[in-house]
Amino acid sequence: MEYKLTAKMFAEALKENRLLGLKCNRCGAYTVPPKKVCLECASEDLEVVELSGWGQIQTFTVIQVPPEGFEAPYIVGMAELDEGPWLMGNIVGVDPDEATMDLIGKRVKLGHKIHPGDKFSAGEMVAVTFSPQT
Amino acid sequence: MREVAVVGVGMTQFGPSEKTNVELFSEAAMDAIAESNLEPKDVQALFLGNVFCGFEEGQVTLSAFAAADIGVPYIPTTRFEGACASGSVAIRDAYMWVASGAYDIVLAGGTEKALAMGTAYATRTFAMGSDSRYEAPTGITFPGIFAMMAHLYAKKYGIPLEQLKEQMAMVAVKNHHNGTFHPKAHFRKEITIQDVYKSIMVADPLQLYDCCPFSDGAAAIIIASAEKAKKLTDKPVYFAGAGQCSAPPLPNQKDITLVKARQASAKQAYDMAGLSPNDIDICELHDCFTIAEIVATENLGFFDHGEGCKGVERGETQIGGRIPINPSGGLKARGHPIGATGAAQVYEIAKQLRGECGERQVEGAKTGMTDTLGADLCMVCNMIFRI
Ligand SMILES: [Zn+2]
Repeated sequence: MEYKLTAKMFAEALKENRLLGLKCNRCGAYTVPPKKVCLECASEDLEVVELSGWGQIQTFTVIQVPPEGFEAPYIVGMAELDEGPWLMGNIVGVDPDEATMDLIGKRVKLGHKIHPGDKFSAGEMVAVTFSPQT
Repeated sequence: MREVAVVGVGMTQFGPSEKTNVELFSEAAMDAIAESNLEPKDVQALFLGNVFCGFEEGQVTLSAFAAADIGVPYIPTTRFEGACASGSVAIRDAYMWVASGAYDIVLAGGTEKALAMGTAYATRTFAMGSDSRYEAPTGITFPGIFAMMAHLYAKKYGIPLEQLKEQMAMVAVKNHHNGTFHPKAHFRKEITIQDVYKSIMVADPLQLYDCCPFSDGAAAIIIASAEKAKKLTDKPVYFAGAGQCSAPPLPNQKDITLVKARQASAKQAYDMAGLSPNDIDICELHDCFTIAEIVATENLGFFDHGEGCKGVERGETQIGGRIPINPSGGLKARGHPIGATGAAQVYEIAKQLRGECGERQVEGAKTGMTDTLGADLCMVCNMIFRI
């Protein structure tokens, strides 16, 4: 069966700050980022849905020694989306030098950031961003 | 399946080297072959762990060139890539093939020249162990994953970050101390908790001395059927059990302090050996970062969840403690030439169980375990050995 939600489709939507995922018609779970089958029950009976883009920070780090092609410092974190899955993204709108454990638990709204990519990345890279809401 | 044993082991000096991946592996392999009272022509297959030979030297098909270098060009050879667990994955497969009866004598191990890449390029290639589409665009790094683990650990168990950082530093101090007794370790110098605190921040809260180094080096193991092993050596070290497990990308695992791939892999190994964590005398585990050792001691069942940090504080993981962890110095001090690390762990367990470790010897060790973890916490291999 055709791949329902490809990385390309996910990235194109993310560039419009829309978070696409897969909702399982068998168990109801959300799979995001996409996979061929449901993350919970492996069913292929999935539909492409737009998620709310809201979540809560679970953990984070401030990267000081970056990979080639990135400029430090910047914050990477994982948020639990309102629909359940966890997602990795850059936490933005917070000074990396001021990032503390208080970030954990903050409500965040999803956005995106485009990285031009490098010789290994098969094109541009689109990162999820999380903006803490006060 | 029939019984299988480690007959001989070899490893190079770990640390910066001008030798190629093949040259490093050949040195370790010939030492392992000689220790097994064998000649290269006796080797029936090569299982070689390596991750980045293409990036380090512009070389692939490394296993074929490695076999040719030691005079056995016409045998089946395979390169195993399981990120930082590559060496262990190669050894476990070699064990399975010998146990099945397909081969009697196999050479397995790993080699890596991580230092050839330099820090920025190596950090980029190591990040390839994260999901290239959905994680790499954030600029996540390998230390970054474990930094997120440390913050989650502190939050989950309600431990003040300063306290956890001190306990993490104690892991580095312990492993550096053990490494001073390992002649082939990358680092052989004592450090203090203050040295850890003074080192640069890599990925908050992990500082440089919370991190293992990039290293060059190789290690090799000769694996044989028990029947052959008894004829070759009077000190065979038997495989008691092994396990291996993968996991989905990091965010899908949610609570990353539990490392589900390791829990499943370790359970396979314990069940196969008919043993429990209490039966293990000594463990070489994947301390790529100080928090990684604390979490691994919990995942493997040596401590309850949230208690591993107290175990190191109480000295229970030192040589002479209740469960000595990384008497070799671990990845932190012995070094981490990633494709070779699992083989260096087996080297240490074999030497320990044979009672050949000198000042770092764990007295009376009869059962030892290895633990190797790769990439997005999604490649884990565990092996248990006994004499
Ligand atoms: Zn489902």
